[in-house]
Amino acid sequence: MLYNEPSPLETRVLSRRFGMPNSASIDTYLATDGYKAFLKARGMKPEEIIEEVKISNLRGRGGAGFPTGMKWSFVPRNSPKPKYIVVNADESEPGTCKDRLLMEYDPHQLIEGVLIAALSVDAHAGWIYIRGEYRYLIEIMDKALNEAYHKGWLGKNIQGTGFDFDLYTHSGAGAYECGEESALLESLEGKRGIPRIRPPFPAVVGAFQCPTILNNVETYCAVPAIIRDGGKAFADLGVPKAGGTKLTCLTGHVNKPGVYELTLGFPVMKMINEVGGGVRNGKKLKAFIPGGSSCPILTGEECQDATMDYDSMAARKSMLGSGGVVVMDEDTCMVKAALRIMRFYAHESCGWCIPCREGTTWLRKILTRFHEGQGTRSDIDLIGDLSKNMLGRTFCPLGDAAALPTISIVEKFRQEFEDHLNGRPCPFEHAGHMVTV
Amino acid sequence: MPDSVKLTIDGHEVQAAPGTLVIDAAKQAGIEIPAFCYYEGLTLQAACRMCLVEVEKMPKLQAACTLPVAEGMIVRTETSQVATARKYTLEFLLTNHPLDCPVCDKGGECELQDMVFRYGAGESRFTEIKIHTPEKQYSPVVYFDAPRCILCFRCVRICNEGMGVGALGVINRGAVSEIAPNVGDHLECDECGACVDICPVGALTSGAYRYQTRPWEMTHVGTICTHCADGCKTTLGTRNDRILRGNNRDHSGINGEFLCVKGRYAYDFYDHPDRLQAPLVRVNRKLEETSWAQALETVAKKFNETLAGGGSFGVIGSNHTTNEENFYLQKFAREVLGTNHIDHHRTGDVVTLLDALSGQQDKLATVADLYQRKAILVVGADLAIEHPLLSYQIRANYRHHQARIYVVTPGPVREDNYAAASVRGHEYESLREKLKVEPELVILFDDSVKGDGVRKLVDFGESLGIPVKYICLVDYSNSRGAVDMGLTPELLPGYHPAGQPGMHAQEMLAADLNVLWVVGSNPLKAGASRKAGFLLVQDMFLTETAQQADVVLPAACAYEKIGTVTNVTGEVQRLKRGVNTMGAKPDLEIMGFIAREMGVAAKLGPWAPEIVFEEIRKTVRGYQIPLPVIATGGAAQTMPVNGRIPVEVPSGLVRSDHNGLFDSGTLGRYSKVLNSVIESRLSR
Amino acid sequence: MIPMLLYAQDEVGHVSDELIEEIARRVGVTPLQVNEVLTYYSMLHRKPLGKYHVQICTNISCLLWDADKLWEQACHKLGIGHKEATGDGQISLEEVECIGACSWAPAVQVNYDFHHFVTSEKLDQLLDGLRKKQ
Repeated sequence: MLYNEPSPLETRVLSRRFGMPNSASIDTYLATDGYKAFLKARGMKPEEIIEEVKISNLRGRGGAGFPTGMKWSFVPRNSPKPKYIVVNADESEPGTCKDRLLMEYDPHQLIEGVLIAALSVDAHAGWIYIRGEYRYLIEIMDKALNEAYHKGWLGKNIQGTGFDFDLYTHSGAGAYECGEESALLESLEGKRGIPRIRPPFPAVVGAFQCPTILNNVETYCAVPAIIRDGGKAFADLGVPKAGGTKLTCLTGHVNKPGVYELTLGFPVMKMINEVGGGVRNGKKLKAFIPGGSSCPILTGEECQDATMDYDSMAARKSMLGSGGVVVMDEDTCMVKAALRIMRFYAHESCGWCIPCREGTTWLRKILTRFHEGQGTRSDIDLIGDLSKNMLGRTFCPLGDAAALPTISIVEKFRQEFEDHLNGRPCPFEHAGHMVTV
Repeated sequence: MPDSVKLTIDGHEVQAAPGTLVIDAAKQAGIEIPAFCYYEGLTLQAACRMCLVEVEKMPKLQAACTLPVAEGMIVRTETSQVATARKYTLEFLLTNHPLDCPVCDKGGECELQDMVFRYGAGESRFTEIKIHTPEKQYSPVVYFDAPRCILCFRCVRICNEGMGVGALGVINRGAVSEIAPNVGDHLECDECGACVDICPVGALTSGAYRYQTRPWEMTHVGTICTHCADGCKTTLGTRNDRILRGNNRDHSGINGEFLCVKGRYAYDFYDHPDRLQAPLVRVNRKLEETSWAQALETVAKKFNETLAGGGSFGVIGSNHTTNEENFYLQKFAREVLGTNHIDHHRTGDVVTLLDALSGQQDKLATVADLYQRKAILVVGADLAIEHPLLSYQIRANYRHHQARIYVVTPGPVREDNYAAASVRGHEYESLREKLKVEPELVILFDDSVKGDGVRKLVDFGESLGIPVKYICLVDYSNSRGAVDMGLTPELLPGYHPAGQPGMHAQEMLAADLNVLWVVGSNPLKAGASRKAGFLLVQDMFLTETAQQADVVLPAACAYEKIGTVTNVTGEVQRLKRGVNTMGAKPDLEIMGFIAREMGVAAKLGPWAPEIVFEEIRKTVRGYQIPLPVIATGGAAQTMPVNGRIPVEVPSGLVRSDHNGLFDSGTLGRYSKVLNSVIESRLSR
Repeated sequence: MIPMLLYAQDEVGHVSDELIEEIARRVGVTPLQVNEVLTYYSMLHRKPLGKYHVQICTNISCLLWDADKLWEQACHKLGIGHKEATGDGQISLEEVECIGACSWAPAVQVNYDFHHFVTSEKLDQLLDGLRKKQ
């Protein structure tokens, strides 16, 4: 059973098997063109595979949006060390719940994507790093891996092609920071999820000191379609600098929240109103997070002519991010939203660097106090200023992820902060108050 | 790759080797880039963000501690953007810092204070409640105050990387991340205190030093640790003739910042209540306190009478008295008392090594060689326990230069963790093929290799066809100097034959000598009764030997006198006086007074350490070392003995005490701190 | 090591001292290293939790569907707070960060099982069920 009804406005490439009976089984997969792309890629030269991925304009779907083909081309193929493929299935960005479905409904698509990546750099082993909370997915993936081994799509001499590949699942145990690629590698190696100093990047020095391709689940899942139908066909689905579709998680105040596969460049308002059935209870759109809580927030007005792609969001000083769309209606308290977001980052800060460790905690404390009506006017500027003092100065992007939404909320919704001043209770709170940990 | 790259830092053109980090290149150019977590020689962290600088063509500020120099790079370290970043990083840092500087041991020498003073804001905008956790005691000598901790992870790294112990770690995450000890609520480690020393703030404090003084009230005296033979420089923090702290704060000396538990904490034997502060003379079978004049008169009278009557003398010297004292003592014995019955407890077969190597230049390794040479072979000793500095150097060599370490020991040792090969037992021959292909080698051996064993080992080393240097391990702070200065019945200073050899220590103890003179040694420790007709002992404490003496003269310890000592690698360093203990006198002065009282002082010359050292430099083979090096607190290695040693010296007498980290013969017994550490280890 | 800790915790209920020793032995690291790692991850617990560990997400997408009210409701109903367990050890509560169920908010996870579109009534029923469940 699907979690939500599909929308007719979707372009279902990665999600085309969602809803099929036994969609996760290898039989279903093979019956629907499964693993054909791998066999095709086996006949291609590694550089041809990478070229095809470059043509597709596929950009990393984890949030940063780095061009995938370029990332793969950084792997030194002539290095004497083994190369590894790592799948980032540590989906933790608030608002994001798409990789879950890709693994639940179509695990073999992911395996095939990994195999093609492996061909492109001559890798023979890989790991799928799945967040610990997704235990049932580890079971689904393990089952799919077993099937693939059993039917000769993993292991030694895959389908007689002479290519060997082993793939394993690996569980996280609750750490947002492990979604950062170098922290994920540390965690994979059995350590604290502290990011590494970069450069060197994982492509050169990755898992266990070896060259490693590391991408998000959705990125790998796009690869079979790209090889099967050609990079151009995929690119043509999207907008000029970003090819294909994006699994978009509509969350928050919409009538029909759910995960929908939309082409890149899909208009934001059309997404909210037509895919999502409009803002809940006919309310007005107040604010919008395009792709997970790390993105600067947009106002309802800013969304009017925005489209869901990298450039449109960059033009509005935000980011496409991970696909975790958060819709907030006019009754939403933006101070509370800022507080909840900051609480998250303070909880997830790894503690390594000073600005992030101390900055997120300090901001959480101020915002908590503020939301309880104990704020002062100078606090409003302080919140913005402290955020700016984290921005760009932390060891990894988590500091930026905490700073960006906060800066945008203070700038765009300053009046709401003013409304909390002088001991006034939250104007949006009807009963009770924010629980803080 | 080019030999050097040119870059510009704050408008200054700077040349640096490729791979140099910007923070180091700036330092070379005299530009300070502040940092907490960056620490030379330890792994990079990029955690504190204090070293952020502006680099042209890079959009964000860059961490200078992880950024390698590049040709044409333009770096700015003093722009307003950088200044702002530093200011606010410090503001962040102080949010959960208790600011309890008035009661903090570190106040006055705290890097956080200095940074805030120089780069920080005058006021804080933080008005929230700080995170607080109570102080914890990790061991008798290590306290941890988490709120003061800035999480620079220096302590974790020095323990793990520097010491090879890994007793400190980081637990939790985010703002409640905390440094944690390895076993439950306490440390089980070498107790070296390196973590305390390296802590830039007052988070880790020393159990021996805390709340004793403000740092600016102390006088700092750089001298040489008197416990083992490694010869670490230690800086004694003193106030009113009391030693309050030992560390090596200026990182000078052969040990850099390294000190072990003994060097850092076990200086406190000097003011133990049992310390002798007046001469003792046996009256009616009991030792009674007397004046120096009385005691010296008694000794001189006895010596002169015995000389006049043709009586026999025996002299047993020390492993921790200075070269000057040893030289003077043997001269006294041979020229005044007319005897070759002079010996000391020999702890390593230095004599056979020097003989086996004679005629060859550049064969004795220094402490620095252990850090620089490409390969090291350890035979016998558990270095981390018995020679902690040498072990530390080898570890650093492995970390920084990927040196290959080979170990041949009876049991497991810390070096196994990074050894290219470990052999259990005594047989090093199996390593021949591996060692042959090394570019160079240093061989260290302990007292399990002596006599022909040493010759065999040297033959083995010389047959490898590569440059090999050697270290003969010895026990105490001047064991090597004692042999060099002729405290043996067979050899004069500089390994010249002494003529008819006298008795060895054990023979002297068993013989019916008229007079036995024991200086800084405890040969009757095991409980044997004295045989000599008259026993004179110079010591700091009433040792088992002193208890049987007729006269006991209270001696000064190494921290109370000047002079030179020669360490395990033959490096000569100078002691500086840190404190004075009422009533005790340096052994050299005591001997001089005895000579004066006997009327023979002119024969022996002045007993001023500088003058005796000058005589040593002129007359003792190997000691023609440059005075400026020694005088400025440096270490100068003695030259190798040129030519064979023409006397057979029995090697059977060589016996190391194999003192570990927590024992150090007599001195250790009287250290309160060392004993508290031992007790806490035993109580677990 | 991380999956080892998590799976072991599933068996034992929490990461005990004995477990740390055993894992250190098996992985070939020191117990301190195990402790460093386990205290980093929010799903690993040094103290026993309830037989049913109820994790209520209050992160942004769930918050917009009043997850904070659900949290208060659960605390009130069970009389326990964050990371606390009921006296009988049957149920424990934790306010958690995003669990990846944002489009089906508000979401609650009981041990590893997801519950989506949780309402006040559904939460009541869920907790009542857990109280009786063996």
